[in-house]
Amino acid sequence: MANTFSIAVIGDWDSVMGFKALGLDTYPAANPEEARGIIDRLAKEDCAVIYLTEQLAVNLSDVIDKYKDELKPAIILIPGKDGSMGIGKSDIQRSIERAVGADIL
Amino acid sequence: MANVTISPTRQELTRLKGKLRTARRGHKLLKDKRDELMKQFLDIMKEAKALRNEVEKDLETVYGSFTVASALMSSEAIEQALIYPKQSVELTMKFKNVMSVNVPQYDFHTKTQSDSDIYPYGFAATSGELDTAVDALGKVFLKMLKLAQIEKAGQLMAEEIEKTRRRVNALEYVMIPNTEESIRYITMKLDENERSATTRLMKVKDMILNQAIQERRERDERALAAREG
Repeated sequence: MANTFSIAVIGDWDSVMGFKALGLDTYPAANPEEARGIIDRLAKEDCAVIYLTEQLAVNLSDVIDKYKDELKPAIILIPGKDGSMGIGKSDIQRSIERAVGADIL
Repeated sequence: MANVTISPTRQELTRLKGKLRTARRGHKLLKDKRDELMKQFLDIMKEAKALRNEVEKDLETVYGSFTVASALMSSEAIEQALIYPKQSVELTMKFKNVMSVNVPQYDFHTKTQSDSDIYPYGFAATSGELDTAVDALGKVFLKMLKLAQIEKAGQLMAEEIEKTRRRVNALEYVMIPNTEESIRYITMKLDENERSATTRLMKVKDMILNQAIQERRERDERALAAREG
């Protein structure tokens, strides 16, 4: 399987504008609801990686969990322009806890 | 006794013994799988953690330079400069099989070949800070892609480990003990049947013997009476 896929960046405009210059698909979303719609739509299309700002991810954990066990898209949290909120890090922690049953790192 | 409806027959015993053998072998294999997955998973997670810290730090710097750029230029100008990208990225996805977990491997191609050719705007109307910012972001992006690959692999493996762990535990604590219990039950029942059969035979033998003695005694008595009479 070696089709081509797209990479999407979802976040507030200030956070995503830079990625636009790199040629990624950017989807400015002002609120979590908007982002939810975009994610669901992208998941159906050929989109392999979605970068989502933590600011939006706070209220979207259900969507993120939904796609966690799917092969694509991979939803990866990135800090928004206001800085990191530590959700991405705690997500790693959570997957470890899920796998091991305890926090060991 | 988990399963009360098993019939204590030799056939059932053979079946259960086969089942136990399979369960034991499956348990061992799954345990090995779990251990190996865990080993690889922890390596990946350590890497993911380090990479994430790096990416988050780098992105902060990049956002900083964008802020500087937007301080020097109007936001409309920036928007205008970036709105139509020259660069386009295509991602190809391959799969790597790690202990029966399909893990994606990303590989991306950019449309423009040269790294210095990514700026989608003319240099006249923009400030140099924007170039720096875009350039830095391009570098971070490579790390971000790596991060995406590793984190996704981690997520998928976490799921698989959870599943395998549950299976191992189900075999170890439910399936195998239950089957052993059933086998013990059937063996005991069969032994019991055998003992009762032996006792019955002994009893029957006793009865036949008694009857024979009785008959003999009666015959002797009759013979004795005939001689005396």
